[in-house]
Amino acid sequence: MNRLMKSKNNSGKEEGEISSVLNRRLFLRSAGLATSLGTIVIAAACNDDDPDPMIPGTGDAVELGSGDVGVLNYAYALEQLEAAFYTQVIATPYSGMTDAEKTILTDIRDHEIIHRDFFKAALGDKAIKGLTPNFAAIDFTKRDAVLGAAKLFEDTGVAAYNGAGKLIKDDGYLVLAGKIVSVEARHAAVIRDLINPKSVDFAGDDIINGDGFDKAVAPADILAAVKGYVKDTITGANVGK
Amino acid sequence: MDIFKIIDDFQRIDGDAAGRLEFATRRHFMSKIGSKLATVAVPTVFASIVNKAFAQSAAAVDVLNYALTLEYLEDEFYKAGNAAANLIPASDKAIFTQIGKHETQHVAFLVKALGANAIKKPTFDFKYGGAFGDVFTNYKTFVTVSSALEDTGVRAYKGQATALKADPQILEYALQVHSVEARHAAVVRRLAATVTANPAMKGWITGKEGAVAAIYAGEDNMTQGGVNLKGLASKSDAAVTEAFDEPLTKAAVLAIAGPFIKA
Repeated sequence: MNRLMKSKNNSGKEEGEISSVLNRRLFLRSAGLATSLGTIVIAAACNDDDPDPMIPGTGDAVELGSGDVGVLNYAYALEQLEAAFYTQVIATPYSGMTDAEKTILTDIRDHEIIHRDFFKAALGDKAIKGLTPNFAAIDFTKRDAVLGAAKLFEDTGVAAYNGAGKLIKDDGYLVLAGKIVSVEARHAAVIRDLINPKSVDFAGDDIINGDGFDKAVAPADILAAVKGYVKDTITGANVGK
Repeated sequence: MDIFKIIDDFQRIDGDAAGRLEFATRRHFMSKIGSKLATVAVPTVFASIVNKAFAQSAAAVDVLNYALTLEYLEDEFYKAGNAAANLIPASDKAIFTQIGKHETQHVAFLVKALGANAIKKPTFDFKYGGAFGDVFTNYKTFVTVSSALEDTGVRAYKGQATALKADPQILEYALQVHSVEARHAAVVRRLAATVTANPAMKGWITGKEGAVAAIYAGEDNMTQGGVNLKGLASKSDAAVTEAFDEPLTKAAVLAIAGPFIKA
């Protein structure tokens, strides 16, 4: 599975691979097999050139590390999940996706892939492995489900970067986090506006507090929140320390 | 040395000093006392923390007053716009009411945080010396100026992040406001795209695409962390520039905002 999420310059190939796995998964789910027989059937369906398939329950222990490296790996982990999510969204568009929506979601996919590959390159040999996402709970055929998940990922990304800023020691990295978090916030606003157009929801009272502040959430809480979307067990007790 | 007297003095200057000092004390003491420093060195260590707290306070006051100036500008702008008859179409009222609410909240927060150090509210000229003469009668102009203010706000807050590093809690507050400005910017840019019939204007900034050129100088930067990202992940230059928002220095922001400020 590693290679599925692995950062590559040839992102077209990567998207194709994710898509083929997704197609298998969607097929299995629609056949009503995924919950009871998923593990066995998926394993059987995998051919020899796919040695590390997305088998439920697989996943590695991933430790983000300490100090700024920990913060960068934390960001890299979140960007990996976002990039994988939007890659699947575009590979298997929900029914009724308009051209305008596809343009927006493709833009966001590209931004997240750029963020992901940027962090991977910046971290070099200190980068964590490519993570194995778990999007089993997301029905990619349904607009509501996809945009709802997108909203969750973007709001979470914003809160994560906002909470990580004060942990960053290097000025350059702090500015970089700032350059990225506002793009995540733009995504969040646009996704929210797609869900409920021209309402207050782009910066709704559900996410912005009475001081007009967005959320800022510590790494431990973010990691707990995204736990269900990744097969690997991520630990980050020393992020920023 | 009377530590309590010093803390009292701080609080007379800055109500939040105790909290900041407590943070600094915890953080620096834990690391420094835990090291090989002998106990006799502790008073010196404490003195340096005290000095640092004073310095932090001055820097933070500067940044917060700068933020307050911009928030006052935005707040007054939306108050006038939201109050103007026949300006904002009913379909877009909710958006601008929500944005205006946040700017009012930001002003209130900053005024409270700064206490006696808060600057007075400036007087503004939203017509920008005549350049935006119909800003409160022509929706197109209003949306254009709004998008410019929001994108400038995003760049301005971003540009102050490193100046707040010594004040972790204030840095976090600034980041929490920064991302709200970015949410505003995205939704207003999309309105502007429609109202000005410019489909190249997206919620994110492609190259230097924006309503007022001067505000977007440098947004087309391709180099991040010292590396030119051209061709990264086989993505377009447009996507690379969209993926990163760029900061502005205080001087650059004040040059842009200056004509809005009469006194």
